[in-house]
Amino acid sequence: MMADSGPKEVAVIGNTELTSAELDNNIINTMVEIEKGTSLLRKMEISVAEAEKRTGKNTVNMQEIYTVYLIETRPVDALTEGITPDSLWRRYSEFELLRNYLLVTYPFVVVAPLPEKRAEIVWHKLSADNMDPDFVERRRVGLENFLHRVASHPVLCNDNIFYIFLTEDKDWKEMVYETGFQAKADSRLKAVNAAFRVKNPDGRFTELKHYSDELQTVLSQLLRVRARVADRLYGVYKVHGNYGRVFSEWSAIEKEMGDGLQSAGHHMDAYAASVDDILEEEEHYADQLKEYLFYTDALRAVCRKHELTQFELEMVALDLACKKQQKEELVTGTVRTFSLKGMTSKLFGQETAEQREAKLQVLEQQLKEGEEAVKEKNTETDEFVKTAWVDIERFKDQKDRDLKEALISYAVMQISMCKKGIQVWTNAKECFNKM
Amino acid sequence: MSRTIDAVVSPTQTNTIPADISGQMLDLDEDDDLEVFSKDLTLADGNMFNASMPTSPGSMVNQCKFEEDEESDSKDIFITVDNPESHVTAIETFITYRVLTKTTRSEFDNSEYEVRRRYQDFLWLKGKLEDAHSTLIVHPLPEKFVVKGMVERFNGDFIETRRKALHKFLNRVADHPILSCSEDFKVFLSAQAWELTTYKKQGPGFLSRMGETVRAVANSVRGVKNRPEEFTAIQEYVEDFSNKIGSLDKVTQRIVKEQKEYLEELKEYGPTYTLWSGSEEELAEQLKGVAGCIERCCKETEEQVGHLSDTLVPVLHEYVLCAETLKAVLRRRDNIQAEFEAKNEALATKKVDRDAESSDLGFVWGSLLGKNPEEARHQRQERLDGEIEELKEEIDKLEDRVEWANNALKGDWGRWQRSMRGDLKSAFLSTAEKNVDYYEKVRYKIL
Repeated sequence: MMADSGPKEVAVIGNTELTSAELDNNIINTMVEIEKGTSLLRKMEISVAEAEKRTGKNTVNMQEIYTVYLIETRPVDALTEGITPDSLWRRYSEFELLRNYLLVTYPFVVVAPLPEKRAEIVWHKLSADNMDPDFVERRRVGLENFLHRVASHPVLCNDNIFYIFLTEDKDWKEMVYETGFQAKADSRLKAVNAAFRVKNPDGRFTELKHYSDELQTVLSQLLRVRARVADRLYGVYKVHGNYGRVFSEWSAIEKEMGDGLQSAGHHMDAYAASVDDILEEEEHYADQLKEYLFYTDALRAVCRKHELTQFELEMVALDLACKKQQKEELVTGTVRTFSLKGMTSKLFGQETAEQREAKLQVLEQQLKEGEEAVKEKNTETDEFVKTAWVDIERFKDQKDRDLKEALISYAVMQISMCKKGIQVWTNAKECFNKM
Repeated sequence: MSRTIDAVVSPTQTNTIPADISGQMLDLDEDDDLEVFSKDLTLADGNMFNASMPTSPGSMVNQCKFEEDEESDSKDIFITVDNPESHVTAIETFITYRVLTKTTRSEFDNSEYEVRRRYQDFLWLKGKLEDAHSTLIVHPLPEKFVVKGMVERFNGDFIETRRKALHKFLNRVADHPILSCSEDFKVFLSAQAWELTTYKKQGPGFLSRMGETVRAVANSVRGVKNRPEEFTAIQEYVEDFSNKIGSLDKVTQRIVKEQKEYLEELKEYGPTYTLWSGSEEELAEQLKGVAGCIERCCKETEEQVGHLSDTLVPVLHEYVLCAETLKAVLRRRDNIQAEFEAKNEALATKKVDRDAESSDLGFVWGSLLGKNPEEARHQRQERLDGEIEELKEEIDKLEDRVEWANNALKGDWGRWQRSMRGDLKSAFLSTAEKNVDYYEKVRYKIL
């Protein structure tokens, strides 16, 4: 999950005539500049250290209990190791606000998801209660992970609002609203409309949209089945605990077999108890998968933005084409398509040359504006496609790395579970031998 | 049933018995849907002593040499039960099993016998053995049919389980020093079908057996007054044992059920990874690897469940039945003693009667009828004396019977305990081994 490599040396450039070697150096320097900016995480330790419950009045003036999280930051520096970090408290809704702001402000970025608001897809043992300490703890970890993701993102980490979120306690909310990001947000309706009517979206985005849908489906299913498997495994282990109890009782009435039974019983109890740790660890794996499940939303958001910009471009281009046609009609005097103008001119007579001239002028102006608009939109669309695709590639690499690691650690977990099983049953076997 | 997390037991507590797990975790008495014979028993090789399936007793000779040494040195009779076949008649359909005997015992005319027997014949044999030796412990037969759950009598797994149990039954009888000398046993092993039918018709008639039953009921109602301490101890033990083994039986069946449900879910889990791998490039191979692993886990789990069903479940179930047998044996012993005590009391009463000063109704009658009072008393005394003598004889016999019953039981008790230990130990041992094996295999597959 860690970001890019460390900063390199900055070379001083003296003369203006650059040899090729120095040109290369320049490039390296520029990269350094970028890298230094890339990772806030390099400069700052960020952690979500604690969670606490608070009571307060909500927007409808009713008492509510909510959880706040302590964000600690500290500059990364050998000299500041012992210094207490700066800290402030934030609640989940503020994280949401931050994320929404980032989504709107950087629509070409695949923004990391937040952990679940409410506990869903849990297996039996965990409660779906938001106040449950285990859930709160896992959310804390998830929030920290979110902050790390943003802080190590080459673009997002430079955002001021983000920085203030981490460091300034007061008035952050006002500042966010002042950016006016909410006005910039595209309405859902617009986006859906665009998705339907866009004619020439970039094929890669269409593919990406399909992929994110597939990934969402498969990960949801995977998480659900895993939860059920965990549930069943829990059952198997816990029933063995009954062996422990019965063996103990039975050993009381036996002479020769007593000792063997008694110790075997203890091993059965140990076996039954071991499943709690095993499944706790597996939750971590499930959380890793969940993060990527939620990432699919961010992917789709980027695709939607592309569709929207592309659609807008197409609309503007269409409008331009329309206007061009109108001008042609006006100039040549032919009415190729049915129009109200044509009707009224037929009914009420042709317009005067002056009127036509005036109209032509207006049209020319509109055409010029239209062409500007198209050029702008084109640039916008291209820019978006370019920057978005860079981020998508970054995301893909991150995803492959993270999930590979997750799968490996899952396998390691399973192996460890087997080792424990071997140990318990070997011990039990010895006890049975003594019976 | 509820599963809560507060039933976790710390493994470092060595002496406390987690008494509450069962209450919260699993209400054993509510599991009414537990089938005694599960339908999905797979045909894995049995690990039970005596339960492997050679095709003839001859090959068993070699087998026995490697098994328990207690009895194989002097083992001179080898029995196998195999080859179930179904017979259809106008009235009914039933299964017969082939019973193959190889022996060097002198009371048998031949050294080898092959006969076919049906379940009813086994029931008959057991009945005869119990009648003849009411306080010996006869190994239980598999049950007639399963009450709970719908089990077809001709379901393959059911037949196989029954076959194994019948095999064990005969071998236990053969191992028993007294029971194996029974004439009924000999006939069972050697007679042809029609011969057996004729033989069965002999023996005490219906009425005399009714008489026996009535007496037994009367005795059990009367109850025993002076049960020797050791038998009380045995009875208490049997009560407890019966509870424990019953619990173990239920727990094990529950484990089998949970394992099967786990397996079901696992079977869905693997393919999801395969599905995922279809959408990925870099990750595809790894995901397929995971899917493959899970699939192999499934196979191992299936094997483990099968082993549990084949090895541990039948043995535990057998001993549940054994516990019932033991209770019956103890009751019969009690009845014998009760009868003895009753007769003793009757004797005492008669003696009192005889020695009593005469002034009873008979005397009055006698005098009314003009009998000489002296003579009447003398007659009565003679009659009572006679009755007393009879009673004394009966009592002597009963005393012998009680003595013999007690000794038989005591002797058998020791044997049974050893057998029980051996059976259960080996069953649990084998289960543990299998589990170790399972985890090893799974671990290996993941690597």
